[in-house]
Amino acid sequence: MAFLTLENLRFTWGEWQLEVSATVAKGCCVALVGPSGAGKSTLLSLIAGFEAPDQGRIRIDGRDVTDQPPARRPVTMMFQEHNLFANLSLYENVALGCHPGLKLSLDDRQTVEAAFAATNLVGLEARLPADVSGGQRQRAALARCLCQQRPLLLLDEPFTSLEPALRQEMLQLVDRLRRAHDLTVIFVSHLPFEAARVADEVRFMHNGRVVEQGPCPAIMEQPETPELRDYLQYSG
Amino acid sequence: MKYLVIIAALAGGIVTSLLPVPGHTAPPVLTVYTYASFVSEWGPGPAIEKAFAAECGCELRFVGLEDGAALLSRLKLEGDKSTADVILGLDTSLTAEAQATGLLATHGIDTTAVDLTLPWSDPVFVPYDYGYFAFVYDSEALSAPPASLQALVADKNGPEIIIQDPRTSTPGLGLLLWLRQVFGEGDSDAWRALAPRIVTVTKGWSEAYGLFLEGEAPLVLSYTTSPAYHRHVEQTDRYRAAMFSEGHYQQVEVAARLAGSKQPRLAQQFLEFLLSPAVQDILPTSNWMLPAVNTGTPLPAAFSGEEVPGKALRFDSATVRNHRKQWISRWLQALTD
Amino acid sequence: MDKSLATGTHRLSLRQQGPSLPLWSGVGAGIFLLALVGGTVTVLLARFGGDVSPVLTDPYLHAVIQFTLWQAFLSTALSVGLAIPVARAFARRHEFRGRRLLLSLMGLPVVTPVIVAVLGIVAVYGRNGLLNQLLQQAGLSFSFRLYGLSGILLAHVFFNLPLAVRLLLPAWDRIPAESWRLASTLGMSSRQLFRFLEWPALSAFVPGALAIVFLLCFSSFAVVLVLGGGPATTTVEVAIYQALRFDFEPGRAAVLALAQLALCSLIAITMARWLRAEPLTPGLRYSARYRPDCDNRAGRWLDRILIVTACGFVGLPVAAIVLAGLRGPLVAVTLDSALWFATGRSLAIALAAAMLALGLALALAVCARHLAVRLRQPARADLILVAGSLTLAVPPMVIGTGLFLVFLSVGRSGDLALVAIALVNAVMVLPYAVRGVAPVLIDSARQHERLCAQLGITGWQRFKRIDWPAIRRPTRFAAALAGALSFGDMGVAALFDTSGAITLPVMLYHRMAAYRFDQAAVTALLLVLLTVGVFLLIDRGLGQWRS
Repeated sequence: MAFLTLENLRFTWGEWQLEVSATVAKGCCVALVGPSGAGKSTLLSLIAGFEAPDQGRIRIDGRDVTDQPPARRPVTMMFQEHNLFANLSLYENVALGCHPGLKLSLDDRQTVEAAFAATNLVGLEARLPADVSGGQRQRAALARCLCQQRPLLLLDEPFTSLEPALRQEMLQLVDRLRRAHDLTVIFVSHLPFEAARVADEVRFMHNGRVVEQGPCPAIMEQPETPELRDYLQYSG
Repeated sequence: MKYLVIIAALAGGIVTSLLPVPGHTAPPVLTVYTYASFVSEWGPGPAIEKAFAAECGCELRFVGLEDGAALLSRLKLEGDKSTADVILGLDTSLTAEAQATGLLATHGIDTTAVDLTLPWSDPVFVPYDYGYFAFVYDSEALSAPPASLQALVADKNGPEIIIQDPRTSTPGLGLLLWLRQVFGEGDSDAWRALAPRIVTVTKGWSEAYGLFLEGEAPLVLSYTTSPAYHRHVEQTDRYRAAMFSEGHYQQVEVAARLAGSKQPRLAQQFLEFLLSPAVQDILPTSNWMLPAVNTGTPLPAAFSGEEVPGKALRFDSATVRNHRKQWISRWLQALTD
Repeated sequence: MDKSLATGTHRLSLRQQGPSLPLWSGVGAGIFLLALVGGTVTVLLARFGGDVSPVLTDPYLHAVIQFTLWQAFLSTALSVGLAIPVARAFARRHEFRGRRLLLSLMGLPVVTPVIVAVLGIVAVYGRNGLLNQLLQQAGLSFSFRLYGLSGILLAHVFFNLPLAVRLLLPAWDRIPAESWRLASTLGMSSRQLFRFLEWPALSAFVPGALAIVFLLCFSSFAVVLVLGGGPATTTVEVAIYQALRFDFEPGRAAVLALAQLALCSLIAITMARWLRAEPLTPGLRYSARYRPDCDNRAGRWLDRILIVTACGFVGLPVAAIVLAGLRGPLVAVTLDSALWFATGRSLAIALAAAMLALGLALALAVCARHLAVRLRQPARADLILVAGSLTLAVPPMVIGTGLFLVFLSVGRSGDLALVAIALVNAVMVLPYAVRGVAPVLIDSARQHERLCAQLGITGWQRFKRIDWPAIRRPTRFAAALAGALSFGDMGVAALFDTSGAITLPVMLYHRMAAYRFDQAAVTALLLVLLTVGVFLLIDRGLGQWRS
């Protein structure tokens, strides 16, 4: 059974329209690629609950979550930047994933400490976001996602501003965590070849539709649709 | 760049409009310092200006300052650099201080025609009008006003009043002196008794009267002639003056010429002109005070005859000068206890 | 001009590059202000002698200073404290019909002439006012006593709560959109949102609001005089006024002015640590589309109540003024040509004051920018901005009297009244101009400094192409505010000749002094309408100036 089901999802914004029907299996890692303006971030917003679709349903793990607010959905999301609150320490930022009011039980504290260990941030708990590097900040955001213990993880180009070596490292970290915690991951990237190295599947969006999808790395080597071919050509 | 041109033009326009235009010098100019309401379009100023200019063949220039107290301050501020020829609008509580500046000259005119109920003789100051302080009440809010100052002070459940600050206003000072005249050394107790019923103490007459007309209190300290305004202009008998049996404190407004004036003869001529019918007849309905000289012209119908109380009270100017600070601090003490 | 620019081609570091012109402009502005303020005070002290000891020993003066501090502190706490929930309500309800209009209404009290607003307050809260009439009809024996400390606080909150709301609203613009989404997924409650998102952003803006409101309340004059109730509620500014009247002790007035300035400087500098120069924008850019607590029912009602109460509180006295004006002889007053001449004069003074204030503000801002960005000394930059705000604590009467003496000694005391009024008004509205222009200039410099240095864009070119487009909008807003404030201010006009070239507020005063209160009411209404008109004229401007 599919873990995430998008049934006839339709979303209109001005002149632009998004139309998606898709399923994602549990534990799968999907890379969402496509040119800018294709609707990748919007699709993530719809799944997370920040936008409401005009039509269609979203089901996660059998439950219809279309009318539920973001906090109630079993989804956690990471953005390109501003993932942390600037005036809270890393520990507090991560702990927000356990309780939004920072009232932590003993179990919660253990969860937080485990998350720090898993993302290799032990020792930096007391620091402020401004005092650590970009990569460390994104890792802290990942740690918080772990604390939230939700099965679906959405990433909206979170590593774009990092240097290539660091990017690879982060993607591999995501991969490791995914396997360890059995998470389903959808991440948006504008570097399809990089994404393909970590993802199980690639879905290509163009003009608000998923035009092509397929397993990695096969789809990258043999794109079927002309749009994907053009896109890959220019993405080097 | 065209914005710059616009800015420059605007700036130029502003600067030139603010700078004074140099005047033509043909006729001699007599500068008279007075208070704002004298010189406003409803005051006696415009008519006097026209009449005097015709008579003297000169130009009369009024300089309007805030009120009588401001006149004195301005006199002291300018000292002997003053460009004023005549100062008009001080009242008798300020005359001794004004004289002490040494800036005023004797008027040298005949003031025997002046009739102020109380005797008057002064070589420096020429009185042009006078009035009496009184509590004015709204007959629709208060049917039985107090009949005496004593009654007003003693009645704990009596009506509330709005008064002015004696440190910044001549009516305020007038009330202070009035209570002093009536109660003598007992004025502190009188103020203390009155304090709970004072709604507010304003800085000047206009704020107090404005609040009174808004209904903030049934009584306000003003002049016996205030009801005449309402009868004459608004055709209403609603506002009346409460007449007190002890008598009312008199305020005499005076004019004087400056020793350093460049137009001594013109100044003297102006002071004489002040006592002429041309001015005295228009004072009642433009300055709302009683004329100092009885010219034979009857007062307008709006003046009911009640404007002159049975008894007139007045301290001489030297006494006021010597005791003002002390009396004001007694007042302050009584009201801030 | 720094010669090193022309000849020293080997000076490449940012620190040394660039002219010292910005520093000199700041110094120049500073000297001008010091001359105007310090000079006039010195003139008074020199001519009339000033004794500092009474200020230190006289118990009456001690009581006065104590009361001034106390009422300023209370007023500030109330105004800013109540403004926070109101601003939050406005921020949460980010789109409803009439939001823009209501926010503009919030901008009204600060430009309404004080005496007019006070009369409006009396009409609503006075003994015979709307509130007490309603209480009476409801059968309650309790009646609201306006005159006294409660009246002063009420009036101060009337003026400063809306100002604080508009000063605090831009804080929400600073919260990144992602933070709202984040909070959304984390499931934060309303209280948690305030704790983690809103308060950190607000805390950058609150000190600035506190400082400006405190200075305004400390130096409050007309409010205390009408609503104070008696001599027990005298403030320092009132004491200065009294010293200049019957007592005629300009020396004492000057000493008190210095004391006020010293006290306010001390407080302002202490607060400067927490002050960050934040822009005085209209605060309308914020959009809370992803705010999780928008749809909460209880929250919606709370916000509605807050907004309606705040707008009612501000709107009722304004409505009272409008009604009083409409009841009077509208036609007679409006057709009076003298009124329109007076309006013209007031407008000329307002424009002159606004331009002068802007010029000074720009000079100070350029200097502050130089310090903050080039010389990396943001603390000193903040001090300059604090100094620019301090002119709120300078009593206009003292400067006016001093100016009068200066003009007198040159023999031109009678003529230069309007110029003096413009000068004093410029000093008075300078803080608003500085707050409007400086933060944006500094912000834009932080963004573009390196680029300009690299491309060699300096001086006039830089101002024309880089700085001006960035500060055009806030400059116009600040100029509009300055102009409107000056237009409605009676201030020092009364010190000078009010017979010949009178201004509109003086005309209002004349009418009141001549028993013509109904005409005064119409004039007051016209004054408010024209003040708003001046604001819109400068802010929106003529077609060519549209940004």
